Amino acid sequence: MTTKAHAGDLLTLGKSATGIRGLDEVTQGGLPQGRPTLLCGSAGCGKTLFGMTFLYNGVVEYDEPGVFLAFEERPEDLIKNVGSLNYDIERLIEEKKIAIDHVELERTKIAESGEYDLEGLFIRLGFAIDSIGAKRVVVDTIETLFSGLENEQVLRSELRRLFEWLKAKGVTAIITGERGEGTLTRYGLEEYVADCVILLDNRVDDQLSTRRLRIVKYRGSAHGTNEYPFIIDEQGITVMPITSSGLAHDASTERLPSGVPDLDQMLEGKGYYKGSSILVSGMAGCGKSTLAAHFADATCAAGHRCIYFAMEESPAQIVRNMRSIGIDLQKWVDKKLLRFSARRPSLYGLETHLATMYRDVSDFDPAAVVIDPLSALLSGGAAGDVHSMVLRLVDFLKANGITALFTNLGVGAGENAATEVQISSLMDVWLLLYNRESNGEHNRQLYLLKSRGMAHSNQVREFILSSDGIKLRPAYVGPEGVLTGSARLAQEAKDEASVLVRQQEMERRSRELERKRREIAAQIEILKAQLASEDAEADLLDREGVAREDQLGVDRVAMGVNRQTGGKSDMPAPKPANKPKT
Amino acid sequence: MTEGDGYNLRLYVAGQTPKSIAAIANLTKICEQHLPGRYTIEIIDLMKDPALAVRHQIVAIPTLIRQLPEPLKRIIGDLSNVEKVLIGLDIRPT
Repeated sequence: MTTKAHAGDLLTLGKSATGIRGLDEVTQGGLPQGRPTLLCGSAGCGKTLFGMTFLYNGVVEYDEPGVFLAFEERPEDLIKNVGSLNYDIERLIEEKKIAIDHVELERTKIAESGEYDLEGLFIRLGFAIDSIGAKRVVVDTIETLFSGLENEQVLRSELRRLFEWLKAKGVTAIITGERGEGTLTRYGLEEYVADCVILLDNRVDDQLSTRRLRIVKYRGSAHGTNEYPFIIDEQGITVMPITSSGLAHDASTERLPSGVPDLDQMLEGKGYYKGSSILVSGMAGCGKSTLAAHFADATCAAGHRCIYFAMEESPAQIVRNMRSIGIDLQKWVDKKLLRFSARRPSLYGLETHLATMYRDVSDFDPAAVVIDPLSALLSGGAAGDVHSMVLRLVDFLKANGITALFTNLGVGAGENAATEVQISSLMDVWLLLYNRESNGEHNRQLYLLKSRGMAHSNQVREFILSSDGIKLRPAYVGPEGVLTGSARLAQEAKDEASVLVRQQEMERRSRELERKRREIAAQIEILKAQLASEDAEADLLDREGVAREDQLGVDRVAMGVNRQTGGKSDMPAPKPANKPKT
Repeated sequence: MTEGDGYNLRLYVAGQTPKSIAAIANLTKICEQHLPGRYTIEIIDLMKDPALAVRHQIVAIPTLIRQLPEPLKRIIGDLSNVEKVLIGLDIRPT
């Protein structure tokens, strides 16, 4: 997260890394080394904490001891205040890595007589620096001197001398100053500290406060000029260094499954591109969260990490609800693949949310994130802010190759909501979920409105939530129009019935044909039988004719014999040929 | 002269600067004039012992602290304005 100071690089200004996440990126390395930096802002914007973090990180991460010259708070209070961030300042003081000197000034207890200077302060600071070999110094808040001492002229010349002295000492210093009316600091410290000026701000819009940081000036160095949101929480200070300047992220051809096989089918059968941004929008109750949970589930099942930013439901509630459709998210939470980050959108402003997400993502290094719903955040700012925030978030996620699924509650006319128009152009995939009323029932439909870089299905699918997850059915498209739900079922039943009728008709006709065929075949058999009997008759006739001729011949012989012998019957009847004697 | 009347004064300086020298001279003069025999002056050079600057909360140089009598009083400057010194040290002109 942090870049080391460019020590030894002659061409560039040496820099002292602050170790504050994001700030070192914005300043391209840290604060100017060996020079004072003015840190200004109104009360309560975190100047003291910034200073303390600078010193603490200096010791812990860069082995640079530091001195804290406190004008406002006592050392005990300072130590206690940063104890909540787990900064063990007391130990570092014992180890002679940090020295705190508290300067007490009370005007009422001090009388002035004649000329004086602030040599005492120089001696103290010099003593503290030398005693621990400090490389870093924080002076918080030196302007207290103006209320403690009368002679402003002396103060001004002494302050000028102090900054020169700090420079000569070669320490990297942070001088904090209270924001003034129309000026950066109440007493014009910016006149003296000219190298680097950082402005902290804590603005309240719509009762939500957002901390912002801006580098007003950084002599001799390029730096981000925007206002960057930052957060202070138990993990310290995090600046969100994101600008929307970069459009140079890699385009991956890798795919991540959507978690719904039917939906993957619509996306060339493979799912979303890795690093793409997916918008799922629709009315309340169309299954946006369910789709998101499917995606989270599939990501974890593939062994990747995923962060689920829940804006409306508590993690426990999401886990319970998703169990009803057969998704067990708890097991991924237990395996540390899934992290829930649940925050009410109204907890803080848009930019603070952005910074928190940035922090979470940098910490957990997920492959995918779910933001459910994005629309909850949108209420936190004007349309332009929303656009810029989403843009920065999308850019940040893309630059890190993180696939992001945003759900968005469409207001009113669903797909026409103004914010969606603004956001949708940033998205690579846009899934629309409808909940259409027809025939007295609402049916869910899914339409893949766009999906950059792939041949995706253009069909409206019916979207069914079952006990084992989301199923997509092709909606019924027929002469009756597009039908879903029970209308689809009825139509399908009707279709099935008519198919049955047609089938039966077919069967009947083919039976008829078969019968006719068999009839004809039978007739053929009969005719064949007739033919056969005719043939037999003819044969019989033939044979009868021959037999008769023979009989006649025999008879004639017999008669001839009878006439010659007078009845000698023992003579062989044939042999008529041997009767030539007659 | 009672115990309580004694003035125990400490003057913090940083080396031999013109302001320091002036302060020492001015203080001695005032004490001799208004508190003859009733005062002690201790001059502390912070250049020699800078830790004392921290311990005694010294910011401006020169600083005069009235240790006794109680309460502690602080005056900063080269003490050229006698009237302010007298008021600051709570000394009634004699």
